[in-house]
Amino acid sequence: MNKTEEMLKFIDASDYQKSDAYNIRSNGKLVDRKVSPYINIETKNDKNGINVYIKDDTKFGIVHIPVIITKSGLKDVVYNDFYIGKNANVIILAGCGIHNDLHKDSEHDGIHRFFLSENAKVKYVEKHYGEGKGSGKKTLNPVTEIYMKPNSSMTIDSSQFKGVDDTLRVTKAYLDNNTTLTINEKIFTNNSQNAKSEFLVELNGENASTKITSRSIATEDSYQEFKSNIIGNNKCYAHVSCDAIIKDNGKVLAIPEIFAKNVDANLIHEASIGKIAGDQLIKLMTLGLSKKEAEEAIIKGFLK
Amino acid sequence: MLELQNVSVIIDNKKILDNINLKFDETKFYCITGPNGSGKSTLAKVIMGIIKPTKGKIIYNGIDITKKDINKRAQIGISFAFQQPITFKGITVFDLLNFASEKILSKKEACLILSKVGLCALEYIDRVVDNSLSGGELKRIEIASIIARNPKVAIFDEPEAGIDLWSFQNLNNIFKDLEKNNQGITIVISHQERILQIADEIILLNDGIVVKKGNINDVVDLIDNKKCCKQVNYE
Ligand SMILES: Nc1ncnc2c1ncn2[C@@H]1O[C@H](COP(=O)(O)OP(=O)(O)OP(=O)(O)O)[C@@H](O)[C@H]1O
Ligand SMILES: [Mg+2]
Repeated sequence: MNKTEEMLKFIDASDYQKSDAYNIRSNGKLVDRKVSPYINIETKNDKNGINVYIKDDTKFGIVHIPVIITKSGLKDVVYNDFYIGKNANVIILAGCGIHNDLHKDSEHDGIHRFFLSENAKVKYVEKHYGEGKGSGKKTLNPVTEIYMKPNSSMTIDSSQFKGVDDTLRVTKAYLDNNTTLTINEKIFTNNSQNAKSEFLVELNGENASTKITSRSIATEDSYQEFKSNIIGNNKCYAHVSCDAIIKDNGKVLAIPEIFAKNVDANLIHEASIGKIAGDQLIKLMTLGLSKKEAEEAIIKGFLK
Repeated sequence: MLELQNVSVIIDNKKILDNINLKFDETKFYCITGPNGSGKSTLAKVIMGIIKPTKGKIIYNGIDITKKDINKRAQIGISFAFQQPITFKGITVFDLLNFASEKILSKKEACLILSKVGLCALEYIDRVVDNSLSGGELKRIEIASIIARNPKVAIFDEPEAGIDLWSFQNLNNIFKDLEKNNQGITIVISHQERILQIADEIILLNDGIVVKKGNINDVVDLIDNKKCCKQVNYE
């Protein structure tokens, strides 16, 4: 297995060739691409990145767009736009793996924009992973913008479990009538990593709804920030929950902001930060697990 | 044999358990009863190692286990079903039964254990052990986690609380089975007359003191309200 293949494995992208369409980017260059009659991928002319077009009525399409960086000192900025046709139903798998063995900083900033037509349904899965023995930093700054037409829905599962030194993740969404946006975010940080996550969701349409769930674990000297800003401009519903476990010297800051501008807006924010619950540890220890095993089991379950 | 010698627990200058001396023999079914706040759960937690006694010793099969950690006691066969089952985030019923079991369980084996506590296994096996489960369901899963351990000393803290009468008989069978199969010690904390009736020995606690040991006839007079044993009359 070469380094690229190995990194693909870490972001669960090993079997990208089974997808209906894919685009593999490695060290800032396109290495492989496949399109289908329903899914077209084109390189942008004016800047780095691709346009992905999903035709109307596409049923159960899978698109894979992993990015790998193995060169130290590379700063890669890409702009990817996704145009999802009416009634289309697709799964888009993205992710970035950075391997940096040297001292220069490596960075990938992916700016993803999603344009969902009426009735479109998208599941977007994003995995982030970094590794390498060098002192060079591994930085990821993903930006996701989502524009949802009436009756469309989108689910985002994003996770970052290891090795990324610095992240600022920004997600912005604009929801029209009868739309649903679900976001599940999972983050594990250690060493002196920094991970910040910001959400801005504007619920503009009637019956727009969003559910954002963040589960995170900050260990050692790491720092995490969770900021959410939900604006209800119509009869709408939002539920944001930020649930964090802190260990060692880990620090977590949660800043909730909900702004109801319509009397029928129903916006909820829940945040809880604390160490691993003592009674959970005790219960698992009564089943024979050592304290360390119990901690690992609780963390594994929490991020499952 | 499990033995408590002069066990006292003092928290904030308050005597929660006061010089408890008890012996538990293998193949016997014990019932601990007494009013709310009399120290029953504390006594169970002292045996499991969750609470360390301020004074006194716990001896199991001739070995002093007073200083042993919770998981070390679990490994020698002591187990404890919580009065208030603990909930988790993300840990499923299947995960929990697997942690409990010495060997790796197949889904089928795990389902078999669940059916013993009267849960339709396939509906529950992949559920997360959290508050989306009802109180009675959580209680049954808690009991299932003890069955999965195959313990030599099984302690159940008010196992019948929240369990409907319809399943009650099954519960009694579970205790009898455990005791027979493992040739072990079963200790049930309960206020229920029908559990007291099947006990080989009843231990009546009040204010952290063992008031009486004996069978149902010996303790019945000390209990005002037979159904819930809330009041104890003794001089
Ligand atoms: N950590 C603690 N700090 C202070 N008081 C405690 C603590 N743990 C228990 N107690 C007190 O000790 C007494 C005995 O508690 P315990 O839980 O053992 O009672 P119990 O007999 O199990 O009652 P119940 O029938 O209500 O379950 C109670 O008065 C309780 O408030
Ligand atoms: Mg109790």
